[in-house]
Amino acid sequence: MQITFWGTRGSLPTPINGKVVRRKLVNALVKGAGKNLDTPEKAEAFCENELSFAESGTFGGNSSCVQVDTGGPEYLICDMGSGARELSLAALGKHGPGKPQVYNVLMSHVHWDHIMGFPFFVPAFIPGNTIRFHSCHPKVEQAIRNQNHEPCFPVEYTALAAKIEFVPMEEGKPYEIAGATVTGMQQLHGNDSYGYRIEKDGKSVVYTTDAEHKPEDGEDMHRAANFYRGADLVIFDSMYSLAESISVKEDWGHSSNILGVELCHMAEAKKLALFHHEPVYDDERIQGILAETIRFEEITRPGDVPLKVVTAYDGLVIDV
Amino acid sequence: MNCNETKFGGAVVLKVAGRVDLSNADEFKDKLTAALGNAPGGSATGGLVVDLGGVDYISSAGLRSLMIVFKASKAAGKQFAITSLQPLLMEIFTISRFHLVFPLFDTARAAIEKQVPDALGEFDSHK
Repeated sequence: MQITFWGTRGSLPTPINGKVVRRKLVNALVKGAGKNLDTPEKAEAFCENELSFAESGTFGGNSSCVQVDTGGPEYLICDMGSGARELSLAALGKHGPGKPQVYNVLMSHVHWDHIMGFPFFVPAFIPGNTIRFHSCHPKVEQAIRNQNHEPCFPVEYTALAAKIEFVPMEEGKPYEIAGATVTGMQQLHGNDSYGYRIEKDGKSVVYTTDAEHKPEDGEDMHRAANFYRGADLVIFDSMYSLAESISVKEDWGHSSNILGVELCHMAEAKKLALFHHEPVYDDERIQGILAETIRFEEITRPGDVPLKVVTAYDGLVIDV
Repeated sequence: MNCNETKFGGAVVLKVAGRVDLSNADEFKDKLTAALGNAPGGSATGGLVVDLGGVDYISSAGLRSLMIVFKASKAAGKQFAITSLQPLLMEIFTISRFHLVFPLFDTARAAIEKQVPDALGEFDSHK
């Protein structure tokens, strides 16, 4: 499977502004001074080899949307955050508007940042396309219909040209979707959320966002670890620090990098992708958290097999 | 995990050794709660000093236990301090951001001097 991250920010889209771009540019120019960067190739190599990711790029600001390419003809997408707009444009660019596609969308829940991309999901406006929402959450249809409705949006749901279907799922029951086997698990979050384990040809990806785990709740910790068991990739809500998540932001419905590592260690998962980044964090902060998380994994590793830790960013592609 | 509690006037020092994780976090919380209960509150100046010098690992569940008792100390008007973190444990506190939450001291003596100064004489007399 190939996983493409189209939106990785939590709660609210967070575009960088001109001031931030200028700061990155000034920093890069100062670091590149005297290095004879007089061709695009030299400048590209300088960015790649001598600047950090936060200095030369950005983790991005679109809200949750992750594509899982299962190798089949149908799309499989996790959530419809603002990243869905760019996904849809890429899909149209690949296939052209005249070739109908089937888009399967797994919905974790229906909070705004996870549905806000749908009104701008271009295939919904094109006849012949099928958009099939799958979810354990009972209010997906209500939320999607209400979002495309006056006075919040000028295009009514009923005016959308694509065929749109809503397929309810039961927690813990496997379903065949887009050529993969998908199983849902209920998570602790305001109004509930659901994580999904996606399996295909012996590989597995777990998409678990907007989920709070109480570290002292052994039953929940073991339940989550069993759901992640042996996964090749766990996409994990690490929005807060551990201290925040069990003090001032307790019961806000999100987890931490620390719990992501602990649960993946318990599950003997292979790779952890930090996800649903706090909107107030800039690129340097997210990069710093990644470095700290890699170190935390190293000093708390229970055995000899390392857990690979990465931070998701808009545009990241991971093969499992 | 081993816990050894000693009282020096108004200061209760709980020395902890070993590993604190999900399997013993409840027991750890109970020991902390009992030790806090033995420190005087109200108008008397008292507090709990948790010496983690012998702890080589603490998981999120153990940190949560510390957080619960830290909150209880505030509610009871008692002082609370954590001391003697080994370098690896200090990293865990830093990465989890608990270094910004808990009062941390290099030694139990430094914690008592700052948090429960009336108990310093008795602490020193036991050395």
